[in-house]
This record gives sequence, structure tokens and C-alpha cells, in this order.
Amino acid sequence: MSLLEVSDLSVTFSTPDGLLEAVRGLSFSLEAGKTLGIVGESGSGKSVATQTIMGLTQNVRITGTALFEGVDLLTLSRSELRKVRGSQIAMIFQDPLSSLHPFYRVGWQIVEMIREHEDVSKDAARARAIDLLRSVGISQPDVRIDNYPYQFSGGMRQRAMIAMAMALNPKILIADEPTTALDVTVQAQVLEVMERMQQEFGTAIILITHDLGVVADIADDVLVMYAGRAVETADRRTTFYEQHHPYTKGLLESLPAIDTDERLKPITGSPPSLLRLPAGCSFRPRCPYVMDRCAEEPPLRPIDDAGLHRSACWLPTDVTGTGEAAERRRREASEAGSGTGVGSGIDALRRREA
Amino acid sequence: MARFLVRRISLGVVVLWIITILVFVMFFVAPNDVAHRIAGRNATPATVAVVRHTLGLDKPVTTQYWHFLIRLLHGNLGQSYFTQQSVSSLLSSRLPATLSIMAGAAVIWMLLGVTNGVISAIRPRSLADRGLTSFALFFYSLPTFVLGLAMLNIFFYQLHTHGIPNLPGSGYVPLTQDPYQWFVHMILPWITLALLLAATYTRLTRNSMLDVLSEDYIRTARSKGLGEGRVVMRHGLRSALTPIVTQFGIDLGTLVGNLVVTEKVFGISGVGALAVDSITNGDLPVIIGVVIVASAAVVVMNIIVDIAYAVLDPRVRLN
Ligand SMILES: Nc1ncnc2c1ncn2[C@@H]1O[C@H](COP(=O)(O)OP(=O)(O)OP(=O)(O)O)[C@@H](O)[C@H]1O
Ligand code: SF4
Ligand SMILES: [Mg+2]
Repeated sequence: MSLLEVSDLSVTFSTPDGLLEAVRGLSFSLEAGKTLGIVGESGSGKSVATQTIMGLTQNVRITGTALFEGVDLLTLSRSELRKVRGSQIAMIFQDPLSSLHPFYRVGWQIVEMIREHEDVSKDAARARAIDLLRSVGISQPDVRIDNYPYQFSGGMRQRAMIAMAMALNPKILIADEPTTALDVTVQAQVLEVMERMQQEFGTAIILITHDLGVVADIADDVLVMYAGRAVETADRRTTFYEQHHPYTKGLLESLPAIDTDERLKPITGSPPSLLRLPAGCSFRPRCPYVMDRCAEEPPLRPIDDAGLHRSACWLPTDVTGTGEAAERRRREASEAGSGTGVGSGIDALRRREA
Repeated sequence: MARFLVRRISLGVVVLWIITILVFVMFFVAPNDVAHRIAGRNATPATVAVVRHTLGLDKPVTTQYWHFLIRLLHGNLGQSYFTQQSVSSLLSSRLPATLSIMAGAAVIWMLLGVTNGVISAIRPRSLADRGLTSFALFFYSLPTFVLGLAMLNIFFYQLHTHGIPNLPGSGYVPLTQDPYQWFVHMILPWITLALLLAATYTRLTRNSMLDVLSEDYIRTARSKGLGEGRVVMRHGLRSALTPIVTQFGIDLGTLVGNLVVTEKVFGISGVGALAVDSITNGDLPVIIGVVIVASAAVVVMNIIVDIAYAVLDPRVRLN
């Protein structure tokens, strides 16, 4: 049994403009001590999905299950859920300045967390907080513990958030874009701290990011989300070298290549509005390989024999990777599958509609 | 913090000093000759000259101001033209009643407004939210004297005529003389003022709380496994307090109008009533006394509000 097993999770907001299904039938699992990267553009539902698991989304309709050690988190009572939050599953967020309370000392905030879950004295909790700050690489932790968040640098704040999250040795750490708000050099340091904590405590990590590059170093498995759905799941190696879904391929190709002067190729267009999703495959308006069949929504189906690599795309399952041969075969498949010929997805759609 | 205090208090002293100049210019220099008014309409020029001399009005303006300031610093605000009572003793006899009304009303309106605001913010657009907002707006829209008279009518007159134990309708009993009677006499003025002002705080707290509750650090607090009560009060309200404290400072300063009416309706001889009477009578020394005391109160309130800021927000305290 996996540590966390999410099945068919859907989350619907009711907005003034209508129902907005931010997460649609999402399934994934996380093994103890492993790292799962969740990748997708802004608005793809990464935060909503993970926050729903923690019971942090309000005024939503939720279906599906999220089994944590066999217990469905989505059916827990408020007080049962509170015992899980922080102590079993901890979270850190994108902006460490706004995520820490501006009016309380950093140490106070860590101590509060420890004492909420454990019956320890203030002094003992404080001593632990100092140790934690030291272990995430904050120098002079016995002085820094009495600082306010605004007296910390961005990187230090995120380290402090990690220290707080790790205070109770949680089984899962959900890191929601933990490095997006930081400088590139600081990003690497923060990721390294997370990895070190993972090795020390055996914590499983869900690392949310819109940057596949961040995932490349530390994720064991990768879940790619698009418009509220999982479009591809695979281990890291497969994601980078044998990805199947055109969206995953697009994300990879839009990564800046460090050692070549190859140009950045961003995915054209922008994600669809969740209030007005295109019929069929949601990636259709942006997909360069769109076929007639794509008017029908592709299921997340096994790509390899073991069924560990899954993708929601109608292209043949044996066409993977970014190589030239694969590219040619995709185009051939697309051509064969459509009466309108190859072109950018947008062109093809336009032609079909004309 | 100490440096902050020193700076803030020195600034307050400067502001007070400027106020004394303004008062002096307004009442002694600018308008028609004070000596004429004191000597009376039919006084001979000789009498006026005598009055002018005794008041020191024949000296240069700067000397006059200097004397005015020295007297002020000795707590000497002159004597009422009418009762010949010293203005400072007049004021100090009236002040306790006014302070009692203000302090009690402030406690009630803050508790009422902030509590209602928090409840509204926890469930925006709920029945409780709508109910409390309408309740607050209803009282907010009433003129002070209408609410005061209505309270008087119900809790004094109606209860009395129906033989039900009623609240006293007027008067002030000093706290030192009889705490129970003091309390009972204060209830109606307190509630009247509090109901009028609570609405502002309900709305302010609600909006401020709604902003704060959508902050990232509230999500952090919840993700730590804290109880909702602690999240809302300790993490939410703590941040939402700043605009509420600002408003409180402003309201205490501008309460004068409401205070005057309340004192009049409930027959309490406070500073507000004194102000009205002295203006009607043209009792200049008393008017000046009231203006200076009121200004000093506003200045002191502002210092207290600033200190409250510093206590609330470490970024203010430590910079
Ligand atoms: N409280 C809410 N009410 C209505 N819609 C919401 C709410 N919260 C999120 N959404 C919508 O749900 C969708 C998914 O949002 P989510 O924050 O999960 O995206 P994300 O993948 O985390 O993106 P980002 O990279 O920007 O953080 C978005 O379209 C967003 O507008
Ligand atoms: S080929 Fe079709 S199914 Fe696959 S991503 Fe493109 S539009 Fe979607
Ligand atoms: Mg997000």
C-alpha cells in the first residue's frame, strides 16, 4: 500500500460565472520516502489538488478519495484532520514572506506548531526550534530564533518554513512551488536543504512546480497536470527521455538549455479557461499534432507494458521522446488521423472550423 | 521603543504648543476687541481702557501670548465671566462625567463592533453576517438625539409608567461616591453612544478580517493543524487590528458632537454640556478652556494610538 493514494479526485468551485472544476478525476500515489513532482502551468490545479487533500480548500464540492496510510483524508472530521496537518503531512508554500505571520517571531511560530501537537514545555520546544533552524542552515540560530520574518532574507524565510514543516517529523512534506519566489542560486540551496531533510527523516515529498528543471534533480516520479487533469505520469527518467504527451514534450522543450545555444521554445497559446473547456482533449487548441479523434477526450491510459507510464493522448503508445524519428512518427500519425493535414493545432482547428 | 516614545511625545508637545498659539490668535487677537466685550456694550472708553489694562491687552502681542502661556502652564485658565468660578476647577468638576461616558461607551462599542465583525467575516454573506450588518447599519443611520430619546422613552419612561423597574433617565453620580449608582446612571448613555459607533467597527472589522483571512499566513496556520479559533483570533484578528485602532483614535477625537447631544439628552453635566452652554453665553474663558482640554485629549489619544501601533506591529517598533 502506498503512503498516499489519491483516486479520482475532483474539486469544483462554484463561482459567479458558473461551476469551475479545478481538478478533474486526478489519481496518483506517493510511496514512503519518495519524491513526486507535480508539474503544470499556472492554473492547472496543482495547488487546489494538494490543498484539498489537506482540507484547506473552502466552499468546494469534492469527490474521490485520498487514502493516507489507508485512511481517507477527505472524510475525516475537522479535529481528526487537524491531527494530521502539520504532524503527519506538512506544507510549505511559494512565498515564504507572506506565508509566515509578520507579527510573530520566527521561533514563536515554530514553537506554536510543536506545542500544538506535542505536550512539551516552552523551553524544550524552543530548544528544538533552535536545532531545527540550525539543521536547515541558518547561522546563529539561537539569535535568529527571536527575529521577525521581515528580518530574514527570502532564502532564510523558506529555510525557516522548512524547519517549521519538519518540526514534527512528518511523513509527507508538500512543497508548493517552494523556490519560485527565490533567486536562482538560493533556489538550489533550498532544494538541497529539502533533499537533506528527506534523507535524514525519510520524508516523502510532493514537489509542486511549473518548472520541469526543478523536478529533474530530485523527483522520483513526475505527474504532469493540464487544465485540472493528469495528462502524463511516469518516473523521472521516462518523463525526460520517453515522454508521450505533447504537453510534457512542450514543457521540456521550453526549458532553457544551459549548455547549448538552442533557443527556448515556449508552448504557443495559453491554458484554456476552466469555465469554458474545449470539447475533447483540453490541449487540443495548442497541440501541433491534433487529429480528428482528439475531439473525444483521451483517457489516461498505459503507455508501457507495466502500466507505470500513463498518458492521456491519442497518439500511438509506441511514439515517445523528443528525438527526430519520434517527431516524424508523430507527424505521420497526426496526418493519418486527420482529414486536414498537419499544422499547428491552432491552424488545424481554424481550418476545420472554417 | 524608548526613542520612538521620546520622539512621539516631543511631537505631541509641539502640536499642543501650536494649538495654544492658534487659540490665542483666534480668541484674543483676531476678533473684535475682547476688552469691549468684557466691559459691556455701554462702557465708556475709560472703562474699556481699564479693562484692557487689567487684562494686559495694552501690552505687545508677544508679551500677551507669553503671559497667556505662563498662566496656562500653571493650570490657570482664567475665570468664567458668569459664575466667576475658575475655569480649571469648572473643567475638572465636569471631566469625570464625560470621561465615564466615553470610556464605558468605548469598551462596549469596541467589544460589540469587533465581535460582530469577526462573526460576519467568518461566514461572509451568511444569515448571521447579513443580520449583524443590518443591525449595525440601522443604528448607524440614526441621529444621536433620536436614539437617545428613544432609549430614554423605552428604558426610563415606558418602564416607569408600566411600573417595571426602570433605569434612571438623567443625572450623574460620581464613581467615588457610589459605584453602583454611577454604573446604573451610565447604562443608557453608554448604550446609546456604543450603538451609534459600533456599526463602523462591525464593517471595518469584517472587511479587515476578510482581507486577513485570505492571507497566505492564515493558510500556513491552518496547515500547522491549529484550531480554527486560534487561527481566527490569534493569527487573523491580531493582524486585522491595525485599521481598527486607527479608527478608534479618530473616533475618540471626533466624538465631541455625539457627546454633547448625549450629555444633553441624559441631563449629564459633562464637558460637552459645558461647551454648549459656554458658547451660548459667550463665556470666552470657558470656551478656551474646553478647546484646549479637547485638543490636548486628541493629541494624547494620537500618541496612545501610535504606541498601540508599535505594540501591534514589530516592523513599526523596531525601525
Ligand atoms: N477559491 C477559488 N475559487 C474559484 N476558483 C479558484 C479558487 N482557487 C483556485 N481556483 C481556480 O482553480 C484553478 C486551479 O488553481 P491552482 O491554484 O490549483 O493552480 P496552480 O496549478 O497551483 O497554479 P499556480 O502555478 O498559478 O499556482 C485556477 O483556474 C483558479 O482560478
Ligand atoms: S494529439 Fe490529440 S489527444 Fe494528444 S495531446 Fe494533441 S490534441 Fe490531445
Ligand atoms: Mg499554485
